Formats: sequence, C-alpha cells, structure tokens
Amino acid sequence: MPFLFSFLRLLAVVMALLAVPTIALAQAAEDAFTRLGADSFSDTARAIDILVQSAHPNAAVVIEALADGRLLAGGGAVAVKTKEGGFLDARTGQALTAAPAGLNAVRLNNNVRRVIQGALGGLGLINPDPGKRVAAAEAVFRARDVSVLPVLEAAIAKETDNRARRALREAQAAILIAKTDAPPFDRIAAVDVLRERGDQDALATLRALPGDASPGLKEAQARAIAEIEGKLALWRAGQNLWYGLSLGSVLLLAAIGLAITFGVMGVINMAHGEMVMLGAYTTFIVQEVIRARFPGLFDWSLAIAIPAAFIVAGAVGVAIERGVIRFLYGRPLETLLATWGISLILQQAVRTAFGPTNREVGAPAFMSGAFELGGLAITWNRLWIIVFAALVFAALLAILKLTPMGLQMRAVTQNRRMASAMGIRTGRIDALTFGLGSGVAGLAGVALSQIDNVSPNLGQSYIIDSFMVVVFGGVGNLWGTLISAMSLGVANKLLEPYAGAVLGKIALLVFIILFIQKRPRGLFALKGRAVEA
Amino acid sequence: MITRFLLSNMDKRGYAFLAIVAAIGLLVPLANLLMPAGSPLHVSTATMSLWGKYLCYALLAISLDLVWGYCGILSLGHGAFFALGGYAMGMYLMRQIGSRGVYGNPVLPDFMVFLNWQELPWYWYGFSSFPFAMLMVLAVPGLLAFVFGWFAFRSRVTGVYLSIITQALTYALLLAFFRNDMGFGGNNGLTDFKDILGFNVQAQGTRAALFAMTCVMLISGFLIARGIVTSKLGKVVIAIRDAESRTRFLGYRVDRFKLFVFTVSACMAGVAGALYVPQVGIINPSEFAPANSIETVIWVAVGGRGSLVGAALGAVVVNWAKTVFTSGFMAPYWLFALGALFVFVTLFMPKGILGTAQGWWESRKRPAPVPAPEPAPAE
Repeated sequence: MPFLFSFLRLLAVVMALLAVPTIALAQAAEDAFTRLGADSFSDTARAIDILVQSAHPNAAVVIEALADGRLLAGGGAVAVKTKEGGFLDARTGQALTAAPAGLNAVRLNNNVRRVIQGALGGLGLINPDPGKRVAAAEAVFRARDVSVLPVLEAAIAKETDNRARRALREAQAAILIAKTDAPPFDRIAAVDVLRERGDQDALATLRALPGDASPGLKEAQARAIAEIEGKLALWRAGQNLWYGLSLGSVLLLAAIGLAITFGVMGVINMAHGEMVMLGAYTTFIVQEVIRARFPGLFDWSLAIAIPAAFIVAGAVGVAIERGVIRFLYGRPLETLLATWGISLILQQAVRTAFGPTNREVGAPAFMSGAFELGGLAITWNRLWIIVFAALVFAALLAILKLTPMGLQMRAVTQNRRMASAMGIRTGRIDALTFGLGSGVAGLAGVALSQIDNVSPNLGQSYIIDSFMVVVFGGVGNLWGTLISAMSLGVANKLLEPYAGAVLGKIALLVFIILFIQKRPRGLFALKGRAVEA
Repeated sequence: MITRFLLSNMDKRGYAFLAIVAAIGLLVPLANLLMPAGSPLHVSTATMSLWGKYLCYALLAISLDLVWGYCGILSLGHGAFFALGGYAMGMYLMRQIGSRGVYGNPVLPDFMVFLNWQELPWYWYGFSSFPFAMLMVLAVPGLLAFVFGWFAFRSRVTGVYLSIITQALTYALLLAFFRNDMGFGGNNGLTDFKDILGFNVQAQGTRAALFAMTCVMLISGFLIARGIVTSKLGKVVIAIRDAESRTRFLGYRVDRFKLFVFTVSACMAGVAGALYVPQVGIINPSEFAPANSIETVIWVAVGGRGSLVGAALGAVVVNWAKTVFTSGFMAPYWLFALGALFVFVTLFMPKGILGTAQGWWESRKRPAPVPAPEPAPAE
C-alpha cells in the first residue's frame, strides 16, 4: 500500500511537472487550503506537502508567506498578506480590495518550519538556474523531508547539468538513508553516494541512519563512515599544515629583522616588537588619510603603507642605534635592558597618542574572503601574508648576497675587528643593519595589521615568539630563521588539536629550552672564531 | 664559626645596611602597634604592608644580584622563582581556610569546588602543614633552578642565549599557571586567605609580625649572599663573571659554581615570594610575566649591580617611585619614567646609584685618581 501511494504521488508530480492540470490535482490543492484553515500543525505540514506536489501556481507564494507568518486563514478562506501590506486570495492569486475579516495567521512550530524548508527546496529544484537548483538540493539535503522525494526524483530524471545532478543525487541519498521503507538496495547505493560526497554533512547524515537498518546496510554505513572520517582527518591535517605555514610566515616576518640585528651586532633588540607595532600603526594612519582624502585608493592602501612602514620603523631603528645602542657595544646584556626601556617608552607613546584601545585597520577587497581548495578553507589574507613573507625573505636574501652593503654586513657578522681592519666602517654598517632590521619589522606590522588587533601591546605578543625563532634557527643565517619559523609554526599548529593551544605552546617552549642545551648556538650556527668571542 | 663566616669582611656599608633594616624591622611594627592612630609616630597598617612588599622585592633583588652582579648570569626568569615560592605559601594559606570558604568544603579550595573537582590533587598533599609548606618554598624554586641550571650550565649556554631561555621558562610557567587544569586557581590565582599559623592574616598584629619576619629574612638573605661572595668560593664566582673561559682553563668547574649560586639565589627568591603573598593577600599567574622579571633586573641595575646593598636599595627606591608615580596625576607617565630609567641607568650609571656615589666620594678624597682597569665585560 505505501508503495502504491508513493507511486501515485510520483505519478502526480510527474504530471504536475508536465503542467497537465487535472481535476484530481485541483481537488488536492483544495484539500490543502482546507487543511491550512484548520490551523493544526500536522494539517499545515500535510498541506505544504500537497501544495508542493500539486504544483499549484501559487504554491511558492503561499509557502513563503507561511514561512514569514504572513499567511492568514479562517472560515474556509485563505489569504496571503503581501510584503507591501496588500492582500491576495491564496487560491486564485488575485488581489483583495480589503483586508479580510476574521482571519488569523497560520501558526508554525519547528516541525512545520522544517517541512517548509524542504518544500521551498523542492520548489527550487525545478528552477531554470542550475546554481539555484544546487542550492535547493543542498536545502533538501539538510531538511531530509521525505515528501520532497518524488519531486527530487523527477528533477534528477530531467537534470542535464552535472553539478546540479550530483547535488540532487546527494539530496536523494540523504532522504533515502533516513527513509526506513525505501528498498534496501537503494539505501546502500545512497550510502555510496554520501561516501563520495565525503564531507562533514555526509558524515552527519550517515550517522543519523535509523536503527532498523539491515546488517548489509549497517556494514556499508560503517565502512562509509570510516572512509569519510579518514578522508576528513587527512584534510584536517592538511588544514592544520596550512595554518602552520601561515603562522610560520607570520613568525618569519616578525623574527627575521631580529635575526639580522642579532646576527650582525650580537644584540637582542627588546624593542623589536614595538617596531612591528609602529608598522601596524603606520598602516592605520595611511588608511585613515586615504579614507579621508582619496577614498578611491583604498585598495592600494596596503601597497602605500608598505614603504611608509619600512621608512618609519627603519628611521626609528636608526635613531635608537645612533642614540643609545652604539654607546653600549660589547655589553649585550646592558643593551638588552636599554632596548627594553625603549620598548616601554614607545608603547606608552603610542598609547598616549592613539589611546589604549584596538584600532581598526580595514582589509582591501583582494584580501578579504576565502576560497575552498578541496577540503581546505583558505582565506585570502593568510595566503597573501605567506606570499608577502616569501617576498620579504627573498628581498632580504638578495640584499645580503648581492649588494655591497650585504657583503659588508656579512663581513661584520663574521669578524667585526677584521672587517674594520679591512676598511669597513662598522659603525655605519651597524646603523644601517639596525635600520634594515627595524624596517623589516615595520613590514611585518603591515601584515599583522590584517590578522591581529592593532593595539599598543601588539609587539609584546610577538617578541618572545620571535626570540624563540631566532634562538632556534641560529644567528646570522637567514635560511636558519626561515626553517626555524616554519617548523615552529607548523609544530605549534599540529600540536594544537592534541594538546590544546596553551599546552602545545608550553611544549614548544620546553622543547626549545632543551634544544638550546644541545645546540647552544641554534640549528645553523656560524662556524669560525668570531662566534667564540 | 658561622658568625665569622657571615660577618667576615663586612664593610661599613654592610653594617649600616644591617643596622637600618634591623631598626626598621623593630621600630615600624612597634610604631604600628603601640602608637595611637593620631600620633605623628604612628605607622598605618597599610603603609607597613606596602613597605613590607618593598622589602620582599629587596630580597628578590639581592637574590638576582647574587647571580647577575657576581656571577654574570642575567636571569630574566627570577620572577618565576619568586612566584613559585609565593604559590607554595599560597597553597598553605588556602589549606588553612578549611571549611570557611564560600562553598564550605572542608578539603577543597573554593576554585576546585567551582571547577567540580572531586578530590585534592596529589601535589596539594602536605600543604596543610606549615613546616612542609616552608620546605616547599625553598625546594620548589631550588629544584627548578637546579634542574634548569644543570642543563644550561653544563652545556655552556651563556650570555643573551641564557637570558632568553630563562625568559622562555617564566613565560612557559605563566601560560601553564593560567590554565585551570593545573589546579592552581587559573587566572584568579590563590586568594581570600584567612589564617597563617592560626593567626588572622588581616589582623594588625599578624601584619606587624610578617613585617618583622620580612626584615629578618632580608637580613638573613643579605648575610648569606654576603657570606658567599666574600668567601673563597665567591672569588671564583666573580672570576667566572669577569672571564669565564680563563677560569675554566685554570681548572675550576665553572658549571658547578654557577649551579650552586643559581640554586641558592632561586631559593632566596622563593622565600621573598612566600613573604610577599600573605602581605599582599593574593598570588596569581601575572607574577610570572616576563616583564616582572625584567623589572627586577632594573632594580638591581638602578641600585648598583655587584653590590648587595645597592640591589636592595634599588628595589626599594624604584618601587617607592612607582607607588608615588602611579597614585598621582602622573600615572599615565610611569612607563615613560620606567623606560627612561632603563636607558639612563644603562647609559650613564652602569654602576648604579651606590657605585656612582662611591666613585664620586672616592674621587673627592683622592683628587687625582688612578683609573682602575675596567673589569672585562660580562658576556
């Protein structure tokens, strides 16, 4: 009997889709309107199903109105209140001149809402736009409303677009899985369809398999779940790897300037984080000016901020070197204290000038949004930051290897006194190096303004991580810094799912402390006499 | 013999310091307890607690000076030892609350009841006993310093590298203690203390006794540190500061000397923390913040690195200045002042207040001083 019933429904739908108005369908629609008037939840739900299957010309209007609570019924009359405030007769679709009296809004509960969702999906399945059909199929997939099944099957038969057909098939599978009276063979096939879909939703649908399933179906379900879970775990690992690379590139940006100054001058610059902060605030100011004066240039704001941040942070760096650090040569620990003092002053200066609260830095169009690559969700801003970090790294490498200044810097790093004896003005190199390192920190600030809060404390939150990167990677070797930043970033993100964010970080800190015992000069130590000094 | 060890080579400055601290430790509690509130000689309980806090910091500064000023190890993690001592004391005080907590649980502290813990974690056992807790005040920081130093000094991690990993150490502890799962009260730390040794922590008499105890400990800490640096062992330690490799080549086991001094110093910092907690009334993870440890370094630098009296003086002066600054209209500018202090002291007063004053005094006595050879910079 149920089979016969569903056959009849299918038949009815097919005929409806062919737009053959029949007396039977007209009667069915009339039945639906009567049920709507009864204002009981089960009747309403049933009425929605009937409306969808009868392909009543007003079905979409009526169901949408119902969803919004704009459907009024009472005493056999059913009216739709339009969004503009007018009234329509639900049966004929003709405008009513006056507000019908004695009608009340048809009430909804969660079950009815679910049916409505399914029904609206069912109506969208025959939309001429393939994109809309896919969206409708997705809605059906989530609602899993059995009554849409006939519409769905008819739609599949007609479907020509591959993507839409797949979405429709998946929606059908989702319904079949939940439908206990469907043929077992179809349900096993449905499990296969979901297995191929292989995402979180498919997993949830498979898990929701009713308890009555046959052993064969259960086995297929278990296999499919295992396979999907395996696949998802792989994607998750990939996603974590991506996050790790992204974090690594942020660390690289923050630490590479530090690595340069430390390598050449043997000085840990505690104010390095504040250079990052200055870069971020420069970005903020550039954007404010652009917003106020040249709103059309907004998408270029970061491109303009990059040289500005480099110059601002670099100039402050040179000023610090000339003003304080050069008097403290050969006393690295004192330098550490003095630069810490400078960092306090800079923080407080920024706090006084801009206030202690976070400043909003906007994202240009090309940096906002995300896209999906297989099972990976990739945000544009992270992608661009990785690209930016790579560019900065390449540029620094080029400066160090290809320019006369880089040559002199390397000479000073390896043996300061010998370099001096060869006629290199080490003082000038120190100032330029410090300016370069600080300027790079400013560039990091531009990038960080896109993913972190621009506040006076911005630098503080990165300084310890930057130290770890430099100490781990070794001094005077940019590749060491790159490898160190990337491995710390990836390790951090891979540990996070197992240990939690905080424990993961603690584990890394402990690891670095132990690592330093083994290799006191980092991964890639400079060899030579100078480092023994 | 011990007296001779402690008082040998004591100079005038040392005696003056001992006399002043002893006088403060005796007179301030008396002035607080015996003088009527209106009297000009009266010291309010709040002021006394405040100065008690400064003196705890002074002890911390002495402990840091012992490793930095005399052994050349710039520890940026001494705040961690201080906080660990404080936590050990805090755990004792928490256990003394008993069933008077908000939830009235006789065994579990309030925060554990709040987190639905069923029983006391094993590492809380024994803390209801005062002697055990005091042992832990020494043992926990001492053990951590011993293990950390064992690894670091044997593998010859020196200079900025050592500073950075001590900072990583305190940062890791900061993160760890922020976690609720650690069982140390998470973010809020330990507070709401009631009794210490059966006396109400809030009571005036207890406060006065704690203050006097702080002075006693400061004197003991000073004498121990003084004893170490003036002994033969101290000579080796200073030699390590000035020329580590040379000392090693002379046949001394540099790592063992460093380890000894570092461990003693950590225990001393732990005691300072333990005295700090009942007077301030709370211990929370922010004590582990790397910035705190760096601030301790600046106290020592301001007072005079390599002079125990100077370190104590620096701690009191800087913290007093901080209180004055941050309570008035100048509050927003405190960080400017502190930052400028860092820069000024390192640039212009490398010997701190005391060293500079001494140099000035000596140059007045001898109009044409022979410039003493600068000690080689510590790494």
